[in-house]
Amino acid sequence: MVKNILIGIALAFMGLFLVMPLLVVFTEAFSAGIADYFTAITDPNVGSAITLTLIIALVVVPANLIFGICASWCIARFNFIGRDLLITLIDLPFSISPVIAGLLEVLLFGLNGLFGTWLANHNIQIIFALPGMILATIFVTFPFVAREIIPLAQEQGNDEEEAAVTLGASGLQIFFRVSLPKLRWGLFYGVLLCNARAMGEFGAVSVVSGKIFGSTDTLSLAVESLYESYEIQAAFACASLLAMLALVTLILKSALEWWHRDEIHAVRRKKAA
Amino acid sequence: MSASASVGIAGRRFQWRQPSILPGFAPSLTITLVWLVLIVLAPLGVMLWFTAGLGWRGFFNVILEPRVLGDLRVSLSTALYASVVNAGFGLLVAWVLARYRFPGRRLADALIDLPFALPTAVAGIALSTLYAPNGWLGALLAPLGIHIAFNPSGIVVAMMFISLPFIVRTVQPVIEDLEPEQEEAASLMGATPLQIFLRISFPAILPSLLTGFALAFARCLGEYGSIIFIAGNKPMVSEIVPLLIVARLDEFDYQGATAIGTLMLGVSFLLLLTINLLQAWVRRRHGG
Amino acid sequence: MSTEIAISHVSRAFGGHTVLNDVSLTVKPGELLALLGPSGSGKTTLLRLIAGLDQPDRGKINIGDLDATARHPKERGVGFVFQHYALFRHMTVFENIAFSLRIRKVPKAEVKTRVAALLKLIQLETLASRYPAQLSGGQRQRVALARALASQPRVLLLDEPFGALDAVVRRDLRRWLRQLHDEMHITTIFVTHDQEEAFDLADRVVIMNAGKICQQGTPIDIYQHPTSIFVHEFLGESNHIPSRVHNGTVIAQAGFYLGEAAAPEGPVQTFIRPHHVIPRPNPRGAWSITRIAATGAHARISVTNTGTTLQAAMTADALLDSSLTPGQQVDIFFSGGTIFTEAKPGPTKLTPLKPTSAIHAIS
Repeated sequence: MVKNILIGIALAFMGLFLVMPLLVVFTEAFSAGIADYFTAITDPNVGSAITLTLIIALVVVPANLIFGICASWCIARFNFIGRDLLITLIDLPFSISPVIAGLLEVLLFGLNGLFGTWLANHNIQIIFALPGMILATIFVTFPFVAREIIPLAQEQGNDEEEAAVTLGASGLQIFFRVSLPKLRWGLFYGVLLCNARAMGEFGAVSVVSGKIFGSTDTLSLAVESLYESYEIQAAFACASLLAMLALVTLILKSALEWWHRDEIHAVRRKKAA
Repeated sequence: MSASASVGIAGRRFQWRQPSILPGFAPSLTITLVWLVLIVLAPLGVMLWFTAGLGWRGFFNVILEPRVLGDLRVSLSTALYASVVNAGFGLLVAWVLARYRFPGRRLADALIDLPFALPTAVAGIALSTLYAPNGWLGALLAPLGIHIAFNPSGIVVAMMFISLPFIVRTVQPVIEDLEPEQEEAASLMGATPLQIFLRISFPAILPSLLTGFALAFARCLGEYGSIIFIAGNKPMVSEIVPLLIVARLDEFDYQGATAIGTLMLGVSFLLLLTINLLQAWVRRRHGG
Repeated sequence: MSTEIAISHVSRAFGGHTVLNDVSLTVKPGELLALLGPSGSGKTTLLRLIAGLDQPDRGKINIGDLDATARHPKERGVGFVFQHYALFRHMTVFENIAFSLRIRKVPKAEVKTRVAALLKLIQLETLASRYPAQLSGGQRQRVALARALASQPRVLLLDEPFGALDAVVRRDLRRWLRQLHDEMHITTIFVTHDQEEAFDLADRVVIMNAGKICQQGTPIDIYQHPTSIFVHEFLGESNHIPSRVHNGTVIAQAGFYLGEAAAPEGPVQTFIRPHHVIPRPNPRGAWSITRIAATGAHARISVTNTGTTLQAAMTADALLDSSLTPGQQVDIFFSGGTIFTEAKPGPTKLTPLKPTSAIHAIS
């Protein structure tokens, strides 16, 4: 039957393009045996890469979370001129190359950048150091939380909030008791995606990082460093950690999508409109 | 927290926002705008200002360098091939996932988002290893004379990997929402499945397919991490524009990097505009 | 605890479109008032203005002795029930009802007793720990009502409270709401587009159209004495016969006598309710029955005479007693009617020709 042929082609395509790369990561990581695998990932330089990655995520995700919540409040609950423009602008980083994100930070804070001399005089290091990497990552992950909860908040409407007003609640009471609980799964979803991207970001961070393996390398950059120095197995060992993060993200994402499929369907319809 | 009532003669005084009883508009809008300007708009503005500092002549001097033009051609052509092929296969995959039930469907559906969730560097080294002459697939294809890694074809393959979800996820909900009644009606009137697809289903899916194509194309153009490992990175042959920008930055040629970056932004903007117009045209022809 | 509401000269426009046009209304303390009208008449807007969810462009609203016009909803002592309930989806029934009490930091023990009392009132004690998604429409509406009553409001406002429910549930809830009101005597205003519901429930009905109040009064008053064609037609089906008056006699344009009326000379609009149209079998009658539809407790009979069709109505029992069948020739008698004319505002009563005289053509 035609149907089976189509399914076969689709699955073959997916297997070839999606599954095989994933398999390669793990086979190469363990190609020299389990002992070598653990040696690679317990290397202190890798350890500091992991720490750096975690620190960046710990700063970036909450920042964009708070932003996303503020954006969803003013965009979904109110109607004002320029609202659509605002939504488009928020989505901008999503369609800009990550290299440009890094470029922007260099233009602002690099030696020949806008604040370059001022920073040098005050001995503050942004580029080639943690602050620059954080800023570049914030830029790239900027829309991730907002674009998940804005359509969700719009879909849910204002009725419950208005009801809370008639029952005497103040602004903060409405927000914490009524609005935030409604958005729970959307917030978790957005944080999940934002985190995955923040931890895995490469292009933007690569431009602003000092690329010193062991101090200014995130895990993604460590993968590059190791690969370029032909320590293939170690590179893939680190890559496997990131791949496992991706798999966990996918599993949680699927679980959330299954739990809330009705609301998701309504929101997707709204997004496509 | 008062609503902005307009006590006017005819109650027609211009209101830039609809009055609402809900509080918190000013603080939330302020925080949103401040953060947006600080993180996104001001830096972009600085970049454009930097470019303006070059002047038109300076700008074109950079842009029209052979290496820039060559890399631009590489980026655009590979992105185009990748997006077109993905449009086809992506549509197929989306159709199969949305319409058919088979064992493992749920798993396959979740797997679509893998390129979205997988860090680009990981994808980069995996693809490079896979298609290198001694890799699983590279070794299979080498005897046939097909060399993927370190060639423009490698770039296309990498771009296909990372842009697939953009097409599938954009088209899939539209396919799921297609009304079976229209297809049933056509079937009753004697249309074959192929005719139904071409005349009824496909036109309905087309706008979202175009959107997905545009998103995929834009993503391909800007992608860095997944591509630089598998590409040959030979200027004008297998070097992509983002890498060129990085090269310029490494040489401390800020002006060059900025000019090329602005060019990239301009190209993406034009792209999205074209696709938006295309979509509007299609929608008018085939109805909402 | 009964509060009067005084609305004076309130106007509201949205984006150039006038939704309420100089509306004034007094709601008596403890009364159950219906705002009735087609969609777009401004009734929901008026309700929201009273609640404080919106502000009038002009005019004043007084709730009791408080000038509420610029006041925040929470200062007005108003309870509001939304059309789609607006229950807090992430809270249980108990928490929904308790919300306004928790906001005011009422001690836990007191919250428990008061919510329990309300649950008893709405007869949903066993569902206290359920979530709104697990309730039926009628149950959700009752919870919404209890939630609004929890803060002991002076005024209760309901926006199309039964609009989203099916007929049987609607009837039951209607009866229950009336009972509740009789016990609690809170000044209540509800909005509806359903004439039957308004007339069934309310002490007084206010009919609105295009941002203005057309008529207000008790249900009986309005039904017997509609002051305009709009109100007359809104309240129920009616046979519309263009006619003219000559020397006090009313003649249909189609050429038959209708009766007498103290109306000025000239063209008029005559309306006859279906139950005032009485067919009687007569083989030589001028009218023939084209269709009989028995819709439950009532029957509708369509009669035609060369181009003019009238609807008659009678109870199903009366239909059985009569010997009417489709295709039969009948005589038509009128037992009442209303005339509207441009020359004189308000309705004029149509006095039918002598009761024994069938409607006949002018020879």
